[in-house]
Amino acid sequence: MIVTKGLRKSFRPRRGAAAVDAVRGIDLSVAEGEIYGLLGPNGAGKTTTLRMLATLLVPDGGAATVAGADLRAAPGEVRRRIGYVAQGGGTTDQATAREELVLQARMYGVRKAEAVRRAEQGLAAFDLAEFGDRVCKTYSGGQRRRLDLALGVVHRPRVLFLDEPTVGLDPRSRSQVWAEVRRLREQGMTVLLTTHYLDEADALCDRIGIVDNGGIVTEGTPEELKQKISGDSVTIGLPDPAATTGAERALAELPCVQRLEALPGEDGLRLHVDSAATAIPQLLRTLAAVGIEPEHVQLQRPSLDDVFLALTGRALAHSS
Amino acid sequence: MKLVRDTWLVYQRQLLLMARSPVWIAVGLLQPLCYLLLFAPLLTSALAASGAHSTSDAYRIYVPGLLSALALMGGLFTGFTLLGELHAGVIERSRVTPVSRVALLLGRALRETTALLIQSVLIAVLAIPFGLTVGLADLLLAMALLALMALMASSVSYGLALLVPTDAALGPVVNTIAQPLALLSGTLLPIALAPVWLRTAASWNPCYWAVEGMRALFAGHLDAPEVWRGLLLTALLTAVAVAWSARLFAQRIR
Ligand SMILES: Nc1ncnc2c1ncn2[C@@H]1O[C@H](COP(=O)(O)OP(=O)(O)OP(=O)(O)O)[C@@H](O)[C@H]1O
Ligand SMILES: [Mg+2]
Repeated sequence: MIVTKGLRKSFRPRRGAAAVDAVRGIDLSVAEGEIYGLLGPNGAGKTTTLRMLATLLVPDGGAATVAGADLRAAPGEVRRRIGYVAQGGGTTDQATAREELVLQARMYGVRKAEAVRRAEQGLAAFDLAEFGDRVCKTYSGGQRRRLDLALGVVHRPRVLFLDEPTVGLDPRSRSQVWAEVRRLREQGMTVLLTTHYLDEADALCDRIGIVDNGGIVTEGTPEELKQKISGDSVTIGLPDPAATTGAERALAELPCVQRLEALPGEDGLRLHVDSAATAIPQLLRTLAAVGIEPEHVQLQRPSLDDVFLALTGRALAHSS
Repeated sequence: MKLVRDTWLVYQRQLLLMARSPVWIAVGLLQPLCYLLLFAPLLTSALAASGAHSTSDAYRIYVPGLLSALALMGGLFTGFTLLGELHAGVIERSRVTPVSRVALLLGRALRETTALLIQSVLIAVLAIPFGLTVGLADLLLAMALLALMALMASSVSYGLALLVPTDAALGPVVNTIAQPLALLSGTLLPIALAPVWLRTAASWNPCYWAVEGMRALFAGHLDAPEVWRGLLLTALLTAVAVAWSARLFAQRIR
């Protein structure tokens, strides 16, 4: 559904200023009916990639086909087949949701009567009916975002681009948006979204591409990515600082411990081990031998955060 | 056909938004009244130098100039409304749809043109009790010329707003263009009063010819050369301005 090859874009903020390489060659392949997530920190080039694929920016180099249409040769055809929801949305304060939906459908060439019908369906499907005749200015962030989504699909596109669909939403609105996105996929839509929320990528996407510095660092299913980090991590809570130093000294000797560090801001340790299943009994035995009683022991499967850290050497700032 | 349909779509939406902003309507209607009421007592004596011997004569010189100034200034400053839409992402959302790019511009410019025409008709009608006399054919042609001027000025303004898309930068740019343009068109005072060098400069300003056309029409000289010269020049410029701005709409949205 979406195939890109070496897509590039750089910006020149001012004449004469040094160019910013926002996207430095992105290769993507998204299958029909897939939810693909581009995960990356601020400024990674996610929005720029999406705007190129949505025909809003002309790429400096590379090629792409979207829903079977060539991005360079037939941008008009691409436009007809896709929906795009921008990072900041795009609703008019003084218009109502219904008016916006009708106008959007009509801009895609839908006839008036049909557009009115689709607006009605959109209001119902995205839970907007209650305030659909109030002007957008009065909507909450979540309501507005659901309207953005409804606008993005009112013409029933085959491919949908979502730029940070849940940024700034509370947990309830977020899961509501996730449910909508899953429902769209069930209807056969292909979704390419961007996010810098790890849990979002993990929960929603079939496949994830991790973007950093204008390129895809790695991609795979959330499970595959997590397996790229070998081993598990274990957190041990301890009663006081003295116990923490004692435990640190005793556990550092163990061959199954790859690395350990004190927990920031509380008494306890975080350890990286080859396999938690065999390591935990050894850890507990060793602690008992030096007379330290742990308060709790927690096993942590690696998160996408760990993947990102391992691949780029930096932590993702905005994990929620 | 698609262009006409799309333009109509955008235009309808713009009219709706205009109708929802009562402040705009109040200002839009009060402003012309103020011009007429406050300037009326000044007119006769001020314009005596350019051959106005009665209030009626004065209005024939003043009203067409005032209308031209409104069309040019109103048009040139309309780019600021586009900034809001750019900011809200409305333009970007439209640009992802297959809607015609020219329609995105024309629908908006025509909204502005409509607003200015309503104001103009109002002023012209209100000026009649003050002593303005103007034939229906002349008035209709004058309105056509005004519509072209408004369309041209708003297209230019939208183009500028796309080039310098911040409030702080757009203001000075528009002012720099609007001030000399208004002066060198002789909108408020006929340029005939000016020294020779200023008159030469003005003759290079296409808007000057449009304003001359307006004055000829209000003087009842339907067949004067100024009329067709003004119309032709303005039509030509409008076409250029619309083409330029539409091209920016297609390319240049951040
Ligand atoms: N119109 C532009 N002019 C100049 N530089 C730009 C422009 N658009 C983006 N950039 C730069 O390109 C880089 C990538 O930006 P982009 O918006 O694609 O990042 P992003 O991954 O979407 O980040 P975020 O998570 O903050 O939305 C940034 O360094 C940004 O400053
Ligand atoms: Mg972004």
